[in-house]
Amino acid sequence: MSLTPWIAATLAVALALAMPASAVAQQKTTAQSIAEYRQMLEDGNPAELFEAKGEDLWKTPRGPKKATLQACDLGLGPGVVKGAWVQLPRFFSDTGRVQDLESRLLTCMQNLQGFNAAEIAKTGFDKGEQATLAALSAWISAQSKGQKMALPQAHADERRFYELGKRAFFFRGGPMDFSCASCHGEDDRRIRLQDLPNLTKNPGDGIGFAAWPAYRVSSGEMWSMQRRLNDCFRQQRFPYPGFASDVTIALGVYMGVNARGAESIAPALKR
Amino acid sequence: MQNTHRLAAAALFVAVIVAGCASTPSPAELDQQAQAMIRASFRDQGIATVVRLTQDQGQQACSAPTTPPDAVARQIEADAMATVRWPQGGQYIGDWRVGEALAQNGRGMTWTDRSAAPSANGAQCYNCHQIDKKEISFGTIGPSLWNYGKLRGVKDVADPASAAIVQYTWAKLWNSKAYAACSNMPRFGHAKLLDEQQLRDVMALLLDPKSPVNQ
Repeated sequence: MSLTPWIAATLAVALALAMPASAVAQQKTTAQSIAEYRQMLEDGNPAELFEAKGEDLWKTPRGPKKATLQACDLGLGPGVVKGAWVQLPRFFSDTGRVQDLESRLLTCMQNLQGFNAAEIAKTGFDKGEQATLAALSAWISAQSKGQKMALPQAHADERRFYELGKRAFFFRGGPMDFSCASCHGEDDRRIRLQDLPNLTKNPGDGIGFAAWPAYRVSSGEMWSMQRRLNDCFRQQRFPYPGFASDVTIALGVYMGVNARGAESIAPALKR
Repeated sequence: MQNTHRLAAAALFVAVIVAGCASTPSPAELDQQAQAMIRASFRDQGIATVVRLTQDQGQQACSAPTTPPDAVARQIEADAMATVRWPQGGQYIGDWRVGEALAQNGRGMTWTDRSAAPSANGAQCYNCHQIDKKEISFGTIGPSLWNYGKLRGVKDVADPASAAIVQYTWAKLWNSKAYAACSNMPRFGHAKLLDEQQLRDVMALLLDPKSPVNQ
């Protein structure tokens, strides 16, 4: 497990800085250690570098059409970024689809800038325009930091996607019989030392869906929710989920609606 | 401008119609849509092919927030018990040291793993269970297995008095669903995640009186 060295390092840092080497410190949960680590880095979450890059990418004319993304409608009207993240995924009448942030950005990059959305969806994480998406999602989510998750359920397709996401969440398969619920269906469970949020209900402020995108210290990468889900499915021993495929969006609706009222801390800092 | 308005009105009209039609899918229709969505959303990657999405009866019955009806659960358990292959020569116990290494190893069966052979797989145990108390990095999805054999009175694994718990443990590892239809635990023998010798070694970790687990 790659998390173990990092946890050890975090504990060591926390111990050295704040705690006497006592049993109390050893009993701290990973979550507490990470919370402390986050506090120490409050003014220096590396996600900020991605935010700055994302803002720049939003405002710079790019792509075959040499256009900016400033006319992109993330659900609150063309160009409105503040508050958009905590209301995604949602239904968009122009595409007739429920879309999450990344799939919506693909639409905008294709329609406004002339990029090929299908090509970008097939590109590996952090490569080419996928790196653009990671930076954009960092900046866009940051513009809703501190707001409460408020995904809409007014449209029938939004409610339908909630139901589909719920079914996907409990879908057992693969060689180990895992579903999302195997790890995230109960309170107070861990894998090794990693606390697992119960995502079948509101897991609380800044936990689960309200914490992504996030900067992952262990890999030094900026991860969007799409990438987080991709790695969940890898560990679930499932086949490979298409980027911005319906199953990923439906799961976003299910987790996001369950988290309504939780404060978004994205882009967060993760192990 | 007028065109734009007309278009917008038309789009709204269509949206209302679509919304009207889509507003009442039955639970059964949603089940079907979810199946279709899942099939369309995944692709093969390395050893992780889309065949993995084809559910057996047990996986299907355990894919809801609620557990299946009792009769269904008992059937799944009986079917699972019938799959258990007992070890060659009645040899249940291997080397607890190898078992501990397997228990620590959480690798295997992902699309980044090269081989799906049991030799490439760990037993994943500490991901979900406390086992040897010396290991503080353990998961809590499954119960603690500290003192597993000792608590069950195993003083000699070869003693006929130990046979029941030894066989129970083998069957649990081979196909966990034999005792709980919707157990979260993988079916290590049945799904070919571990081979017989690996299972013997994990058995030793849990049951051998010399294993650190039973001190």
